[in-house]
This record gives sequence, structure tokens and C-alpha cells, in this order.
Amino acid sequence: MALYSEKVMDHFRNPRNVGVIEDADGVGEVGNAKCGDIMKMYLKIKDGVVTDAKFETFGCGSAIASSSMATELIIGKPLSEVRELTNKAVAEALDGLPAYKMHCSVLAEEAIKNALDDYYSKHPEAKA
Amino acid sequence: MKIYADNAATTKLGRAALEAMLPVMEEEYGNPSSLYELGQRAKEILEKARAEIAAVINADPREIIITSGGSEADNQALLSAADRGRKTGRMHIVSTAFEHHAVLHTLAKLEREGFEVTLLPVHEDGLVRPAELSAAIRDDTCLVSVMYANNEIGTIQPIAEIGDICAARGVTFHTDAVQAVGHLPIDVRAQNICMLSASAHKFHGPKGVGFLYVKKGTPLINLIEGGAQESGRRAGTENVAAAVGMAASLKDSAAHMAENAERMRCIRDRLIKGLAAIPHSALNGDAEKRLPGNVNFCFEGIEGESLLLLLDDRGICASSGSACTSGSLDPSHVLLAIGRVHDVAHGSLRLTIGEDATEAEADYIVKNVTEVVEYLRSFSPIWRDLEAGKKPYIL
Repeated sequence: MALYSEKVMDHFRNPRNVGVIEDADGVGEVGNAKCGDIMKMYLKIKDGVVTDAKFETFGCGSAIASSSMATELIIGKPLSEVRELTNKAVAEALDGLPAYKMHCSVLAEEAIKNALDDYYSKHPEAKA
Repeated sequence: MKIYADNAATTKLGRAALEAMLPVMEEEYGNPSSLYELGQRAKEILEKARAEIAAVINADPREIIITSGGSEADNQALLSAADRGRKTGRMHIVSTAFEHHAVLHTLAKLEREGFEVTLLPVHEDGLVRPAELSAAIRDDTCLVSVMYANNEIGTIQPIAEIGDICAARGVTFHTDAVQAVGHLPIDVRAQNICMLSASAHKFHGPKGVGFLYVKKGTPLINLIEGGAQESGRRAGTENVAAAVGMAASLKDSAAHMAENAERMRCIRDRLIKGLAAIPHSALNGDAEKRLPGNVNFCFEGIEGESLLLLLDDRGICASSGSACTSGSLDPSHVLLAIGRVHDVAHGSLRLTIGEDATEAEADYIVKNVTEVVEYLRSFSPIWRDLEAGKKPYIL
């Protein structure tokens, strides 16, 4: 029995959407180095839709895989849907995470929410 | 290339152990407590193994108790000294901040029962200072427990000096020598050791067996009550084959100790030199006073578990003191004890090479660790901030 599912290992080994969006419309950063996890999420938003997302993560295998999967789940989605993304959805899309690693999926959810908050603070009109 | 570089976690069963054990398992299945010949033969085999173990550390065979491993030996040693302390009104114990959890958790239990525990600092180099140890001993100290060599950073403690201090002060001295036995020369008499714990699978013996050396006259309590095995100090039918495997692997390790250590030190230092070339990295623990096979580094800006997983993909088995590998939020207590802050302690890598390690393997490890660290840093937000000058480098 491996530590992680095949899906987790796939997203860990070949993370999707790694990097920085220089002119991002929303940026979110969560976690702290003391606990060993930091996730930074960059969003590009147009007409109420996430057109691009990229991430940078300092953390364990499941933190990297959770960030990668989260970006895949939100690209092309309207903000109304992105707002509703839960950590459970991220974990399920990865075919599950070990119980003590569920906080990695929570970080992914929070990073996205954080980036959305950043976007809304710059574009209060979009919240309506 | 497949490289097993986690020999501090466990070692491959050696030929010597396997060959010694097979006939015992196949033919000598008697119970050493039985009076007929089959049983008495098993007893003889067991006692021969005990004598071989004792000889390697200059002990008397009657001073060796065969246990289920290092943790049991640590527990029995500490709880015995504490029991004696309780009966004589000496309720203080001196140990160190970077002991194995088999010691630290037992000490925590004793603290809850009313003992006072002083944990000595181990400083940046991972070494206990004998003067500080001496100053910590009080009239009511019933036990000093200092590990022989640390399991994570490999630093070797000044055991003979500590033994002398304890002998002069009349305090029982225990050492958890799980990482040292079979790898370093040990003489319990010359080093004034009262109790010593060891585990067979750290020196190519089988798992699930170890021993406790107890100097004659040191009072002991039983953790397992029952029959009169092990001179009444540990009940339960003896695992004769495991004891024989332990003795055979220990004898074999002792016979080749000097040559193995010399070769391993060369490979170790090659690894240290190669990994030190990675920017913003640091060796953990003293470079000289360390086990011949131990290399432990911190790399800033990355996390240890992802490093291990990617090294595993490249055929390298290693370990880390990151929180994610310990199952808690805190990184290794050993790295924190030598003053590494959380941020960098999460990015640690322990490589513990075996006797058969080669220079080519060391070069392969250095190449791959360098590549993986660089890769993980390429999308680490911490590394980005460090590179952008937003935060100062720690290493």
C-alpha cells in the first residue's frame, strides 16, 4: 500500500499550472513556514470566469498535489462555482488523502478563497 | 540505480545472521526451559549467543538481558533506575533534549509520576558538554541517561567522560546505544556504563530483538512478569533464533568495524562535501564526532517529505525530520534541539549509508538531491521571497 493514491502521486510528480501570473487579478497566500506548508495562488479573472490559475507551494507531496488539483478544478469555472469549492471536493478529485493530510486540501480551498477575496477587494462591483 | 540510504531506520539482514539463524529455526526448536536434551541444547545455544554479545562490549554474559529491542531495553533501564530512586528518595533524572522517544516519553511518564527531569542542551554541534552534565547532577539524582550516538544527526557523545563523572558521583549511568552498537567500539567497563540499550536490526541482525546490558549489582525491575527466563528479569519463552542472529551479526560487525568505519567515513565525507555545495544548505551536527554512516542536511526553502518522495522515484531511500514525515505539526525535536528554526527544520534530509556504499552511489545521491532541491525551490513561495530579498536567508 502506497502512502498516496495514484492520482496524488501523478499531480505531485507532474504538477499542473505551476508558476506565477505576473498580472494576476487575485493573489492568495495561506499557511506558514513554521508548520511546513505555504500555498500561493494566482488567479486571472475575466467576465466573472477564472481564465487562468497558477500556484507556488512549499510543502509536502499532498500539499503540492492539492494545489495542482485545485487549479484544475477552477480554471474555466464561473466565480459563483469557484466560491463554492470545498476542500472535500479537492480531496475527492485526488481519490482521497490520508486523514492526517486533509489539512493540505483545506489549505488549497483557503488559498483560492483568499485569492478571490483579493480580487473582490480590488473589484467590489464583481461581488454583486 | 537503487540505493538504500536509511540504515539508521533499519538494516538489511546480514548473511552472518541469516546463516546462524536458519539451523536454529529448522532444528533447534526446543524450549530452553525444558529439561530434555532438545531443550537443553536450545539453552546452550542461547547462552553461547549471550556470551558472544557480552564479549563484544566487554561485559559478563550474566549482565546481558535479551529484550524485544531498543525501546524495551530503554524502558526497563529507566523504569528500574526510577524505581530505585523512588525507594531511596532520589527523584531527579538528568538526560538530554535530543534522546530517542523511547527515552523521552518514558521520562515524561516519570515526570507525571513526580520525578523531576533535567534535559541538558546539546548545542549547535549536537554534543553534550560534560561540565554542564556534572553541574546538573544533584544529591537526589538517581539516573543519568545520555544516548551514545544520536539517531538523526549521528553525533557521538563523550560517553567515557560522562561515565567517569557519574561513577565519581555515584549515579547510575544509562546510555541508549542503539545507533552505536556494532558501529563503534564500546567497552562498558572502561567507559563506566551501568546500563546500555541495543537493537539487533541496526547492525544487520533480525528485527524484534535487542539487549540491555546491566552492570552487576544494578537493581532491575521487570516489565514482563511470568516465568524465570533471563534470570528472572524478563519473562517469556526466549526467541533463541533471534538471539543467535543478533549475536552473529554483532560478532561480524565487530570483526570488520575498523575497516568498515574507515570506508564509510570516506563516502560520508564525499556526500557531505557534495551536498554542502547546494546553496543555502547546512550540515546538521558536528562534522567529525559523528557516526561513520550519517549525513544530515537542512535545505532552505523546501519541505522534506516532497524531497523524499522525489528521491524515492529516483531509487533513493532516505528520511527526513520534517513534520509531514513525523505525522505531527512539529519538525524533528532533534533539529530543534540543535537550534534549527522550524522553517529550515522542515527541509531536512537524513542519509545513513551502509557498509557496502560506493563512491558512485554517493555521486548519484549528490546529483539527484541537488536536482530535486533545485526543482522544489523553483516553485516554492518561500524560496521566491528569499531570492527576491523580501526575507533574509537563514542558512
